[in-house]
Amino acid sequence: MFTERTGWKRWIPAWVWRVGPWWVVGLFAAGIIFWGGFNWAFELTNTEPFCISCHEMRENVFKEYRHTIHYTNRSGVRATCPDCHVPKEWGPKIVRKIQASNELLHKALGSIDTPEKFEAKRARLAEHEWARMKANDSQECRNCHNYQFMDFTEQGRRAVRTHSVAFSQGQTCIDCHKGIAHQLPPIEQEIGAPKPDVAKTK
Amino acid sequence: MALTRTCVLLAAALAIALTGGALAQEQQPKPLRGATPIPETKPSEAFKYDRSDRPIPRNYPEHPPIIPHNIKGYQITKNVNMCMSCHAKTRAPATGATPVGKSHYLDRDGNQLPNISTRRYFCLQCHVPQFNAEPLVPSTFKPAT
Repeated sequence: MFTERTGWKRWIPAWVWRVGPWWVVGLFAAGIIFWGGFNWAFELTNTEPFCISCHEMRENVFKEYRHTIHYTNRSGVRATCPDCHVPKEWGPKIVRKIQASNELLHKALGSIDTPEKFEAKRARLAEHEWARMKANDSQECRNCHNYQFMDFTEQGRRAVRTHSVAFSQGQTCIDCHKGIAHQLPPIEQEIGAPKPDVAKTK
Repeated sequence: MALTRTCVLLAAALAIALTGGALAQEQQPKPLRGATPIPETKPSEAFKYDRSDRPIPRNYPEHPPIIPHNIKGYQITKNVNMCMSCHAKTRAPATGATPVGKSHYLDRDGNQLPNISTRRYFCLQCHVPQFNAEPLVPSTFKPAT
């Protein structure tokens, strides 16, 4: 059924007339509201208050982090939980969020709902996070600490020496900077009796 | 019946109030500072770590070397000793840190160990960081060397 339209109506595609112009405008607006709402709710889950709304995070890792430089420092610039643990880019962020559904399962199962249970899993949880950071070249560190813009003359003697060697060997932040925001899991250092459940650091 | 109970409760409350008052009177503190009021004391300062990053000379033989860098957040826990990630003799050549003394690698029977003895685990018992604080009490100590 083809009808010839005249005046300004000629410039509107035929499918709009088939669907109905008010439906098209309405669906477009609904799309904006839906996407905005989805994004708003999604970003609410990327905030520190959301992370520590569960006691597993608040009583273990958050308490440890409160003593570190990423929580409190001279200038008040902070790195909150999601700054390090949720990628900023859309694709990796969605992937990480889908993986996080497993964390919801373990929240329901109570896998780490006491300090003792958390301590028993600390090595495994740390290994996962180290592996993730190693795989993306410590992207979440480099969102702020971009080594292409580091002025070595402003760094301490130890930092200059270590950084210049490490970067030339293709190492990434997490290779050395483990346990900067949280307590480390057991690491085998051959001091005293062998430790149970040691974390693999390489 | 109800009257008796009320009387007993009242008596108990009175007894507690009286003894409590007496105790509070006995426990009046006698401050060591005497009559010096608190606002006349010196305000505290924020002291900074010595971060010179060079070995600080020892004052006498067997003096445990002191720490010329910031150690904030360096964990010495049951899980890990972070000092040893640079100062262990196996790590020192790469990191440029002062290696831990030979004596620390011996157990109490004199046997050689792969890493430091558990007796030496808590580094900060002897090796301490330095701050830019003036001594509270003047000292006439002169280094022996």
